[in-house]
Amino acid sequence: MSETTGTGELTVTINGKQVVAEPGELIIDVAERSGVYIPRFCYHPRMKPVGMCRMCLVEVSSPRGPSLQPACFVPVADGQEVNTDVDGARKAQEGVLEFLLLNHPLDCPVCDKGGECPLQDQAMSHGPGESRFIEEKRHWAKPIVLGPLTLLDRERCIQCARCTRFAEEIAGEPLIDFFSRGDAIEVATFPDRPFSSYFSGNTVQICPVGALTSAPYRFKSRPWDLEQVETTCTFCGVGCRIVAQSSAGKAVRFLGVDSDPVNHSWLCDRGRYGFEAIHATDRLREPMLRRDGELSPASWNEALREVGAGLRQGLSSQGPTSIGIIGGARLPNEDQYAWSKLARAVIGTDNVDAQLGDGLPAEFVASLPQATIDDACAAKAVILLAGDLHEELPVLHLRLRAAAAHHGLLLVDCSPVPTALSEVAVALAPARPGEAAALMAALVASDDEVPEVPGVSAAAVSAARTVLSGLTGEEIVVVVGRTSVAERPDSLAAAAAALAKGLPGVRFLPALRRANVRGAIDMGLAPGMLPGRVSLDGAREWFESQWGSLPSGRGLDTRAMLEAASAGTLRALVLLGADPLADFPDRELATRALERIPFLVALDTLPSASAQLADVVLPAAGFGERGGTTTNLEGRVTRLAQKVVPPGVARPDWVIAVEIAERLGVDLGFDHLEGIWEEIEQVAPAHRGATVSAVYGQPGDGVVVPVAAVGLPRLAPARLDPMATPGIDSVITQGAPMFAGAAAVGSGGVEESEVIEEGGAAPAELPTESVTPSGPPRPSPLAFDADSWPVPAPPVPDAYSFRLVTRRSLYDHGTLVQASPSLAPLAPSQELRVRPRELDKLGVADGDRVRVRSARGELVLPVAADEAVPAGVALIGLNLAPVDQPGATALLDSDEAAQPVRIETVEG
Amino acid sequence: MLTDRAPIVSARLGHEDSHTLERYLATGGYEGLRKALSMTPEQVHEEVNAASLLGRGGAGFPAGRKWSMLRKASTTYLVVNGDESEPATFKDHLLIERDPHQIVEGTIITAYAIGAAQAFIFCRGEFALGLERLTQAVNDAYAHGALGPSILGSDFSLDLVVHPGAGAYICGEETALLESLEGKRGFPRIKPPYFPAAIGLYGEPTVVNNVETMSNIPWIVRNGGAAFAALGQGSSTGTRLFALSGHVERPGWYETEMSKTTFRDLIYDPKLGGGVRRGRALKAFIPGGVSAPWFFPEHLDMGLDQDAVGKAGSMLGSGSVVVMDETTCAVRAAWRISRFFHRESCGQCTPCREGAGWIDKILRRIEDGLGREEDLDLLLDACDNIAPGLTWPPRQTTICVLGPSIPSSIVSGIHQFRDEFLLHVKEGGCPMPPDEVRHV
Ligand SMILES: Cc1cc2nc3c(=O)[nH]c(=O)nc-3n(C[C@H](O)[C@H](O)[C@H](O)COP(=O)(O)O)c2cc1C
Ligand code: SF4
Ligand code: SF4
Ligand code: SF4
Ligand code: FES
Repeated sequence: MSETTGTGELTVTINGKQVVAEPGELIIDVAERSGVYIPRFCYHPRMKPVGMCRMCLVEVSSPRGPSLQPACFVPVADGQEVNTDVDGARKAQEGVLEFLLLNHPLDCPVCDKGGECPLQDQAMSHGPGESRFIEEKRHWAKPIVLGPLTLLDRERCIQCARCTRFAEEIAGEPLIDFFSRGDAIEVATFPDRPFSSYFSGNTVQICPVGALTSAPYRFKSRPWDLEQVETTCTFCGVGCRIVAQSSAGKAVRFLGVDSDPVNHSWLCDRGRYGFEAIHATDRLREPMLRRDGELSPASWNEALREVGAGLRQGLSSQGPTSIGIIGGARLPNEDQYAWSKLARAVIGTDNVDAQLGDGLPAEFVASLPQATIDDACAAKAVILLAGDLHEELPVLHLRLRAAAAHHGLLLVDCSPVPTALSEVAVALAPARPGEAAALMAALVASDDEVPEVPGVSAAAVSAARTVLSGLTGEEIVVVVGRTSVAERPDSLAAAAAALAKGLPGVRFLPALRRANVRGAIDMGLAPGMLPGRVSLDGAREWFESQWGSLPSGRGLDTRAMLEAASAGTLRALVLLGADPLADFPDRELATRALERIPFLVALDTLPSASAQLADVVLPAAGFGERGGTTTNLEGRVTRLAQKVVPPGVARPDWVIAVEIAERLGVDLGFDHLEGIWEEIEQVAPAHRGATVSAVYGQPGDGVVVPVAAVGLPRLAPARLDPMATPGIDSVITQGAPMFAGAAAVGSGGVEESEVIEEGGAAPAELPTESVTPSGPPRPSPLAFDADSWPVPAPPVPDAYSFRLVTRRSLYDHGTLVQASPSLAPLAPSQELRVRPRELDKLGVADGDRVRVRSARGELVLPVAADEAVPAGVALIGLNLAPVDQPGATALLDSDEAAQPVRIETVEG
Repeated sequence: MLTDRAPIVSARLGHEDSHTLERYLATGGYEGLRKALSMTPEQVHEEVNAASLLGRGGAGFPAGRKWSMLRKASTTYLVVNGDESEPATFKDHLLIERDPHQIVEGTIITAYAIGAAQAFIFCRGEFALGLERLTQAVNDAYAHGALGPSILGSDFSLDLVVHPGAGAYICGEETALLESLEGKRGFPRIKPPYFPAAIGLYGEPTVVNNVETMSNIPWIVRNGGAAFAALGQGSSTGTRLFALSGHVERPGWYETEMSKTTFRDLIYDPKLGGGVRRGRALKAFIPGGVSAPWFFPEHLDMGLDQDAVGKAGSMLGSGSVVVMDETTCAVRAAWRISRFFHRESCGQCTPCREGAGWIDKILRRIEDGLGREEDLDLLLDACDNIAPGLTWPPRQTTICVLGPSIPSSIVSGIHQFRDEFLLHVKEGGCPMPPDEVRHV
């Protein structure tokens, strides 16, 4: 929204000034672009206009003379004349404002919104100045609890319907609606159906008054005491842009920033309220050393000396391959790079893996023909072969849901159990666990040779084929993720390969759940991979010229490292924010490995179950406590910013890498973050062109890697009006840089003049060519080879067994959720879901306790009848057992293509 | 001049059993339908055009013209508006309870003319007896072969559903009605689209017509549009059913010829209203429902004519005429009407939701003797913020026309009876006698 004229096809006159516009644009938007701010309440640029509040009335010419029209609802027309501050329009605006304030309690001094309130601001800029109302105001009991995280003050509500429309139109969860009518109208929930949407916090953010408040932020701060930075949420791989706000040195609120290619200003509640985990009481504050079997505090010097000694001992006794590093997905790119370099060039090991056997093969992700989130939403069809995005990647779920529900995207859901997106899908063909490749082959087979697909009805296959028929590969995007950790990842890779073969030109969006897994793969935190999406062997010459020596051969992945540890061949293991005991899909193996490993180092922010077993625990600075960049699932690199100081003496992971290298006698060559990025741009083949100035230059939509494939980033992204995202200072509205600790929220409210001045900074020049470093030519990033992903043998059918599917929940017993007091109680309890008919056959009733048994272990838990679960499948929630009790992973054998289980009755 | 033309829509009401199929068939029932089915839909439409039948729901839009505005589409709906909930309006109530088959027949003929295969009658939920009889009539019509597949042996088929309203006046507004019928909240739709004929029920082109409008259709088809147009004069053709209430000797319903009958006839003729009660003087009257600006004795000789009433600054609206005698308190009258709109505003848009309540409270305060002189201008200005300029026909800052209906009584009251309003302020209370409740 930075220029007055575009490539429009019509001209309107707004307050005497001619403006060029596109057909279909709304008067309110065109006016704003031309520097005329029209007051508003119900209008939100990311939702359909409803013209309800009547705040935006302006005088619009028509053949029958000028009339008052809602600028948010009426589109521009050629030759139209719009006047926003003639007497008639001003009187209407002042009238509406006076009406709005009649029953408004005006308890601003105790209202969360006071100081950043669009009603306050617009009462000043467009109101009559004083009220003529002397009657008794309407009174309500307050607040009302709408849901676990959301409270409503009905007296403050101005009935703009932003919250109810968000719930219905955007989230697809119409759990709140208006009740009653006239001035007795109120927002309410339905009986026994609380507003428990994962997206409830968005309604609090867009509520233009203090009617909706969130339990985690309520009464925590006043807007004028807030400081803020723009950063990226790292609770999952979507990478929503947020503003992190702090008060008195504590993070107190995250708000969604409108990033056009990513989150459209929305956040999920886990990301939004995850700020609580920053200040968890059990944060690791100082290094700890195991002395006499007990972990006790130590100085950094002692701890690092111990790490150096432990690693050197491993190196000298059994060489670099006896040392392994697991984790790193939650680290920023720079830290991942530093650790990748430390492992390869200093320690000399390729035993590095950021994933815990719960993701997708790194070579597969790095080489996939990639699609962005926008590409997926703009495609004709999307094939969904992933877990439930609503649970794993909530805002990606929102984006795809909107595309399917409102913009004609044809969604084919092939996830093994229907997902929250199934409701808007045009075809459902649930792939049987372990056999997704067969289904995909059938989807793209030619008409006369459609094979039978085990576990999927011919009708479902044919319905899905009908959707895809006539579409070219270029028109289709596949969202591919780990459907279930009870299924081997190469099964998914084989399925994707089948699609790539059958649909030339098809692109993939990897549904990578962990925050910066994409960055970890891109930075080479995977065996056989090096930074920049190249393989160890393919890029050996180049990297040796840049880094010096490299490990001689491909190292071990997480599973192999754990096996080596339990076999006694791994001498030292570093956990980079990883918790294999909780997360590795084979709890038994992880336990054996961590108990056996002679030297275990854990870098973490919280005392995870695995860290409790370590010999040295190093406290790491976490989210919001340090800068850097992160890469989202589509390969978009955006900035992270620091807002608060780390607890105790915790340090960023890259600093710890530098220190460890020093203890091993090597200077990694890094003394500041930008320096690391500079090296990444110079060294990593896929990152060429993503210069420091492009990536670090200013906040915004970031840079998609590889730059060449997707093109130049928009450096001055469009920002929405302050009414769209109240609570975010106009500094951000104008797209100006805003870095760690820089700007504080000043007066809180947005002055009209601030809004209508220029819409954004001019785009900075992006250097297309960076300085080419010396040495051999840079290798190119890996290309996808559909033939390198063979179909794993499916498990032998067994008439008595079910195939297990694991499903994640947004709220689970993972450390970060459990460290957030508001979210922790929301984790559901563990249960097994099975088709009702199968329960009948087993002779158990809904709610009974059953024993689930696999070759690996067993669990006793309640069973629930669920018609959506396909026959022969048992669905179990992942990570839902308290840390000290066995959960779904106790049943898993990570070697199985699919995990068979039996369900048995238990007596009593 | 009072004419003694035979009634059209109330012709059958003299019979005790006017609501039954037997009586209906015995009095020419479903003959209009039979005749219509022998014509082409276009010919039926042409007769209605020729009749120049004005809609009887309030806006007075010509029915034939409304049907012509239908967007061409494979699905078209007909929705009959029987939500009559305006205070003092009771003519549709009468037709629903006493001659439901006439409505059903009109609906079937209209559906035939506009090519609808599905029709709905949205009936006010509080009409317990009406709903029962209407439903019975629909069931009987199915049994009689007048509804369902191949109606009366023709190749025209129609299904008709009676839908009870859930108790909101606003659902009489046609787009709120459609929302409610779709199972949503009864919020009027914002314009554009301007007419349900373009985008109506479930997004399909839809005709919404009033119960009385439908009741005229069988007669028009049986007797021809020209015969209908021969009644009345100018654009106000045919007869109209008026609901007369308030301070008259003989309150009730009267079907009279449009335009030729005057307000004086309606109120004073011994066969009609029989005069103001107890021989008192007339203070004011509402010519067309509580949304209409008031009329005064000088308007008595005006015909019941849509254009004439409109030109004089009010409307025939819903066909209810309310008489106020000299003992009526203008403040109390305006307050009662405002209180109705306050309670019935849907709450969607700010000026109506908040304005109605404010105005209600101010008027109540004046009536209670706590008024201030400046309250009069305040009332007018608050009204102006709902209906800018206080013009007729009104402009509006709201989504639907319930909003600009609020000012009508207040503006009329203050303009005509300013002194009486001020007397309330000066005397610290109401100078008029309390309500006289009439026991019948
Ligand atoms: C607030 C409001 C209430 C209304 N109530 C009714 C009603 O109860 N019955 C009715 O037929 N029309 C009512 N109308 C008018 C309808 O919107 C619509 O114009 C009418 O049903 C069309 O039918 P007609 O063309 O046959 O008159 C109402 C309009 C408004 C604005
Ligand atoms: S609670 Fe807030 S967002 Fe919802 S209708 Fe009321 S004012 Fe609008
Ligand atoms: S969807 Fe992911 S990135 Fe976005 S707010 Fe939620 S956790 Fe954060
Ligand atoms: S004018 Fe009143 S009744 Fe009509 S839409 Fe607005 S609030 Fe609802
Ligand atoms: S009516 Fe336009 S902003 Fe509410």
